[in-house]
Amino acid sequence: MSSREMREVFSTSLKQMMEQDKRIVLVDADLAKASGTTGIHAEFSERAMDCGVAEANMVSIAAGLASYGYIPYITTFAPFATRRVCDQLAISVCYARQNVKIVGTDPGIAAELNGGTHMGLEDIGVIRSLVGMVIFEPVDAIQLEKAMPVIRDYEGPVYIRLFRKALPDVFDASYTFDLFKADTIKEGRDVTIFASGIMVQESVEALALLREAGIDAELINIHTIKPIDRESVVRSAEKTGCVVTAENHSTIGGLYSAVAEVLSAECPTVMTAIGMDNAFGEVGKIPYLKQRYRMTKEDIVGACREVIAKKKK
Amino acid sequence: MNQDRTALCREIREETVRCIGSIGVGHIGGCLSLTEILCSLYFKHMNIDPKHPQMAGRDRLVVSKGHAGPAVYATLAVRGYFPREELLTLNASGTNLPSHCDMHKTVGIDMTTGSLGQGFSCAVGVAAGSRLANDGATIYAIIGDGESQEGQIWEAAMFAGSHKLNNLIAFTDYNNLQIDGTVSQVNDVAPLDDKWRSFNWNVAVIDGHDLSQIDAAIAAAKSQDKPTMIIAKTIKGKGVSFVENKGAGNHNMPFSMEDAERAIAEIRGEA
Repeated sequence: MSSREMREVFSTSLKQMMEQDKRIVLVDADLAKASGTTGIHAEFSERAMDCGVAEANMVSIAAGLASYGYIPYITTFAPFATRRVCDQLAISVCYARQNVKIVGTDPGIAAELNGGTHMGLEDIGVIRSLVGMVIFEPVDAIQLEKAMPVIRDYEGPVYIRLFRKALPDVFDASYTFDLFKADTIKEGRDVTIFASGIMVQESVEALALLREAGIDAELINIHTIKPIDRESVVRSAEKTGCVVTAENHSTIGGLYSAVAEVLSAECPTVMTAIGMDNAFGEVGKIPYLKQRYRMTKEDIVGACREVIAKKKK
Repeated sequence: MNQDRTALCREIREETVRCIGSIGVGHIGGCLSLTEILCSLYFKHMNIDPKHPQMAGRDRLVVSKGHAGPAVYATLAVRGYFPREELLTLNASGTNLPSHCDMHKTVGIDMTTGSLGQGFSCAVGVAAGSRLANDGATIYAIIGDGESQEGQIWEAAMFAGSHKLNNLIAFTDYNNLQIDGTVSQVNDVAPLDDKWRSFNWNVAVIDGHDLSQIDAAIAAAKSQDKPTMIIAKTIKGKGVSFVENKGAGNHNMPFSMEDAERAIAEIRGEA
């Protein structure tokens, strides 16, 4: 487990970038404390603004700032950064081609005790169809830290789907980040697991169980869901012949859909999904919610067995 | 610029009706209600240069009621941003002049608008950007009275008032008509002056077709320590009687080139 919370990595990195680059501004909507950006407001009283509880205004103000040559970062909880402001993202940001970075925190079941109202389980589905929107979900502190300057330098809207608290490290310091290239975490021959966000670590744990069961699984982290790394998806599916996706999101519109869209066109493959199956969330801690919604390592193993069996028919 | 703005308003109205007539249908009512405001901004008050439309530190205009695109295009063309003939390409296939304002298609447009309420928020962001850059620009915005039914308008109003964005000067095109009827009947926005005052804005209520009242309101706005809302009482379809007479029906109506010729005769006082 990293000693650093993801929001701390985000805000420290953003603060450093703001020190170097006067174009970067922060626009919050009364969740600066939750996003870890309070210190930035203290240090940059002019370039850090707080819109209060007014997310639509936050998005369009950011677009206005971007039209003036600034690079605004806006933060709030994932559902309020996406489904609540879908039209503002579509028109003020994407259609008007404004370089706004959107940070949606505590996606999916990470909302824990805030429950169903705060669980962005459709955030990716809602904004994946917006033209030009890049969707990035880091898997650990190391990846996030390496991604921050790359995202700053990418000209265009990027949605950062940010788990706020500490996460176990998947990568080490030698890791090199490419925004548009998926990470092969383990190579294998029998089945491919495409995972994102907190489901990557769960899948890493599933790998041990699969090994015990004599299954040689390949694990690929899809950190950028849009535009998805088509080449890696097709190459792995062609090799293993069956696919499981694992995401902290609805199985409609997110990673499963994105992978299926690629494979249906280029390499039709037996697939199944781990994720929220057309259900709303509820209050609870992550371990309970993973059990409740079939998102555990055992569920991933079961899903692997299921697609392997179908492949052999 | 010291041109005769009354004559320029006639020209802008003519170009507006010709522009919409070229495609045979359009948002003519809410275009004609803006003629005097747009003329005043582009020919008297805004620090702009048509030869350098992206000039740094220039004043900017966000037309949040984006469907008034043709009125803005007519004004830009008369001001010299692009040739007047281009006005006849409104909504034609592949055009640079779409119904709703698009900053990436049309020279001189400062913000893409069309989804009501958002442009005004964007204008607040632009004003915040100008203040950060400390470039002395004035940011102008135009919203509709029907548009004022959008909640986002009031989110933006609250922020601009709270942050005393006195480089922001906005107009409400208060023609009291929207698609489904009169604004007062559909969902009344009155009293607008009290609303804006209570959001910590400086407020002026004027005749939106009176050039001297527009000038006075803008001059007064520049010495304020808060943003200004100029509530411009207007007539939807102003200057063309058969458009005015359509009432709410003139929001987006069929309007042929023959209609445009009739309208131009009236605008010139020949009818």
